[in-house]
Amino acid sequence: MKLALRTGTDLKLLPHIFMTFLKIGPSTFGGGYAMIAIIEREIVEHRGWMQPEEMGDMVSIAGSAPGGVAVNSAAYIGYRLGGVPGALAAVIGITLPTTAIVLLLSLAYSLFQGNPKVEAALKGIHAGVVALILLAGWKMVRSSLFDGLTYALCALALGLLLFTPLHSIWLILGGPLVGAVVVGVRRMKQLDIHTEPEKQADEPDELLPEYYI
Amino acid sequence: MLGELFVLFFKIGCMAFGGGYAVMSLIQRDVAAMGWMDAGAFQQIGSLAGMAPGSIATNSATLIGYHQAGISGALMATAGIVLPSLLLVAGLAAFFVRVHDHVYVRSIFYGLRPVVTALIIYAAVHFGFGSQLQSGKGFSWDTLGLLLIVGGCLLAIIRYKWHPFVVLLLSAAAGIVLF
Repeated sequence: MKLALRTGTDLKLLPHIFMTFLKIGPSTFGGGYAMIAIIEREIVEHRGWMQPEEMGDMVSIAGSAPGGVAVNSAAYIGYRLGGVPGALAAVIGITLPTTAIVLLLSLAYSLFQGNPKVEAALKGIHAGVVALILLAGWKMVRSSLFDGLTYALCALALGLLLFTPLHSIWLILGGPLVGAVVVGVRRMKQLDIHTEPEKQADEPDELLPEYYI
Repeated sequence: MLGELFVLFFKIGCMAFGGGYAVMSLIQRDVAAMGWMDAGAFQQIGSLAGMAPGSIATNSATLIGYHQAGISGALMATAGIVLPSLLLVAGLAAFFVRVHDHVYVRSIFYGLRPVVTALIIYAAVHFGFGSQLQSGKGFSWDTLGLLLIVGGCLLAIIRYKWHPFVVLLLSAAAGIVLF
């Protein structure tokens, strides 16, 4: 195993890392793979900071770790380029513009708060966001539910969320536990193990990415 | 208050599997449990957060922090929700962990993804209709308008592949007409 723990960070690189992710930040609207494409263009093609082969590792880590894929990708690339200071520079760079934009948006809204037209527009946007959430949910249903256990787990989790005050942490810990136990038992009995849906050749790639929003 | 904000969002950041939408339900529940915000106020914040670029969860954290304690609150909440990702991803990057190669790592995600799916569906229900359910008014013009716009947006995105931002702008316009 190769360790990438760096002894000396090239401090001159930090402003570049910061500025690059500062520029990427505002374009992360909607998240997901659109953003991965932008990062790939900027980091791999423009700057040559990473080999194209490493993108796959980055996407799998950024998508699996908790948090948004944009921030996770920034942390990964920043760390590979400049250790902990690099990761910090990249994450602050990508977060700062969106933080500023959302604060400005909220300030603008508070100026017009009480105006019936603005309130109505926000209600409309609320509905639009609900639609985006539903769409992400539907894509997750299609990409992550494929056998009896996954359907049952999802239904059980949804029931617990809707009808009990159980904290989500128990679901987030319980789901993986069930998965690990089931796979472990199947392994002992030497049964087939499928942890992901079988991909059909004609299936478009855009099905999975919603997990990464 | 600043410490409370940081700790709450740091905890949420640690559980933020599946990114933005799945985390919205976590935030809504925890913030309500702290007594900081009811469903109606959270709907406003979530709508503004969804309009801005970046993750809707991080943006919501920023706005809740701002709502509770001004600019420093916004920064604390944002730092809190982002820090767990930063630490974990930097750690994984350091050791070149190929997360998806090991069968037990795969089995963890096998069990986790259905839960994330449930969290996202629940987020749609809770964020979408939480304040209606809370007020107990039942079916009203607001609910009907909401359903109409949701339907229209789904049609525009699935059928006509419009960009989400365009869809949000149009739903704002539809809101002005309907409400």
